[in-house]
Amino acid sequence: MRLLFFYSFRNLLTRRVTTLLTSSGMALVVFVFAAIIMLAEGLQKTLIETGLDNNIVVLRRSATTEVQSIISRYQASIIETQPEISLDRTGARLLAKELVVLITLRKKVSNSLANVVIRGIERTSIDMRPQVKLSAGRLPKPGTLEIMVGNNVAKNFKNAGLGNSIYFAMRSWTVVGVFDAGETGFSSEIWGDSDQLMKAFRRNAYSSIIFRRNSNFDLPSFKRRIESDPRLTLNAMVEVEYYKKQSEMMAKFLRILGISLTAIFSIGAIIGAMITMYAAVANRTAEIGTLRALGFGRTNILFAFLLESLILGFLGGCTGLIFASMLQLISVSTTNFQTFSELAFSFRLSVGIVTKAMGFSLFMGFVGGILPAIRASRMKIVESLREV
Amino acid sequence: MDTLEPIVSINNVTKTYKRGDQIIPVLEEISLVINKGDYLALMGPSGSGKSTLLNLIAGLDQADKGVIEVGGIDITVLSESELSRWRVSNVGFIFQFYNLIPVLTAFENVELPLILSDLSGKERKEHVFTALKVVNIEDRMSHYPSQLSGGQQQRVAIARAIVTDPTILVADEPTGDLDRASAANVLDLMDRLNRDLGKTIIVVTHDPWAGKRAHTVKLLDKGVLSDDSQDTHS
Repeated sequence: MRLLFFYSFRNLLTRRVTTLLTSSGMALVVFVFAAIIMLAEGLQKTLIETGLDNNIVVLRRSATTEVQSIISRYQASIIETQPEISLDRTGARLLAKELVVLITLRKKVSNSLANVVIRGIERTSIDMRPQVKLSAGRLPKPGTLEIMVGNNVAKNFKNAGLGNSIYFAMRSWTVVGVFDAGETGFSSEIWGDSDQLMKAFRRNAYSSIIFRRNSNFDLPSFKRRIESDPRLTLNAMVEVEYYKKQSEMMAKFLRILGISLTAIFSIGAIIGAMITMYAAVANRTAEIGTLRALGFGRTNILFAFLLESLILGFLGGCTGLIFASMLQLISVSTTNFQTFSELAFSFRLSVGIVTKAMGFSLFMGFVGGILPAIRASRMKIVESLREV
Repeated sequence: MDTLEPIVSINNVTKTYKRGDQIIPVLEEISLVINKGDYLALMGPSGSGKSTLLNLIAGLDQADKGVIEVGGIDITVLSESELSRWRVSNVGFIFQFYNLIPVLTAFENVELPLILSDLSGKERKEHVFTALKVVNIEDRMSHYPSQLSGGQQQRVAIARAIVTDPTILVADEPTGDLDRASAANVLDLMDRLNRDLGKTIIVVTHDPWAGKRAHTVKLLDKGVLSDDSQDTHS
């Protein structure tokens, strides 16, 4: 069947311009499809990688995000005494009571205002987030109006660089450090001393509690215990799951948008492929007759033309993916609908996306080619041979 | 002698075509026997049914009535897919316009019918080389049809026709698109295939010069086989 493949492939090469135009149409659709799915994947990966499997987040029961959550000092003290919390080398509990507040800062490029997460942290907050690395300056001193900013904040917002002062909550805060948390949501946050921030924002409750679980931890039994405690109206979840949920709404929106847009675009690409393949069948009627006379069956003819159309889809898919892969060099910043905060993330190409995009492209090739291929296979030999 | 062994036997074959509501008779009660190793020319005016008869013998079309046996097989009872498989090993085609696949080289064009056989890649290559050698075009095997002259293309087409060592060779106006010299070459080659390799050849032609090369000429007129057949070698 190698020869049949050559036959299909070389026919495409012979019609270079038509092949190029048809596969370009498919490539464009694959590019749009892959780009939007890569955006959703980037958002989801960024948020999922923000969390760790061995960290547990405690929030108010009805809250879905830290911004909506309130945990009183009394409730926090009860959580602090739970036996499933790991200890550090000094014997201190690996637990941090954190405050999460949104402020608005002006973007460098667009000069527009965007929400940025301020996280009030404790010493242990950094110990529990090994992905957070100081890239410039130093850590803020506890009890001072010092802050450190994620590298995406330093890069994208005005006056947010090392040594600058940011004015919020009626006070001026000095940026003493810039941290890099890689491709995670923390890189889009500002961190400062929890107590200082609570005072400044006139809050007397925390937003969340995070702790490192020990080997005795069992999430269902822990949840049952805190849910049945009448003093606590709290809920616990693994940090990775928490961040995964934060990305679900927007990722779903992006995926639906991507699929809807590409479904519409793909109709055009399929029609393009269909016209190309019908023209190919019409131009090669005598060839079809010859092949049939030589003993090739209807199925062989159907396969040869379908293969040609699938090659078109394959070429379109590869081209679209090559261009889409270049988007990985671009980082975008947008508001996450669920947290209402600005989040910077990159387009991410995964094996799953490559498979889906190629599958989609081959599907377009198949749908575009099947009717012309059926037509070719149904031609009568004698009539075809007359078309020289 | 081998030539007395019937290879094609046609009995009371009738063929009609439909054009709208109209039924057009093309062949009427045709009966004919072609012996093994024979070289038969079917001649007659346009529309006389020569090509239709050739197509029926080659299993490209179905008769309305009658029996056609080729190599002892009644091909009128075969299904379309059975006919396709039968053609691979039993019929070699030579067309007026060569009908080579333009995107395949001469070698690949000749190899084409063999990919439907059970031969291994190595065996296929050997068969193709032999066929190209027989028609004396092996030096052009890497060329595409567009890089060959009409005569060379027809020789490649003949190599494709004989590569499966078919029971019969059918040729529809094989010299119709060639100049005198090329036509002579092709006819010489067909003579050689018949004489040296014992191939049974059935050729449809308008060209009396090509007809003279055949052992027997059968005349068709308005779908009826004329009685005044000529034995050109007698």
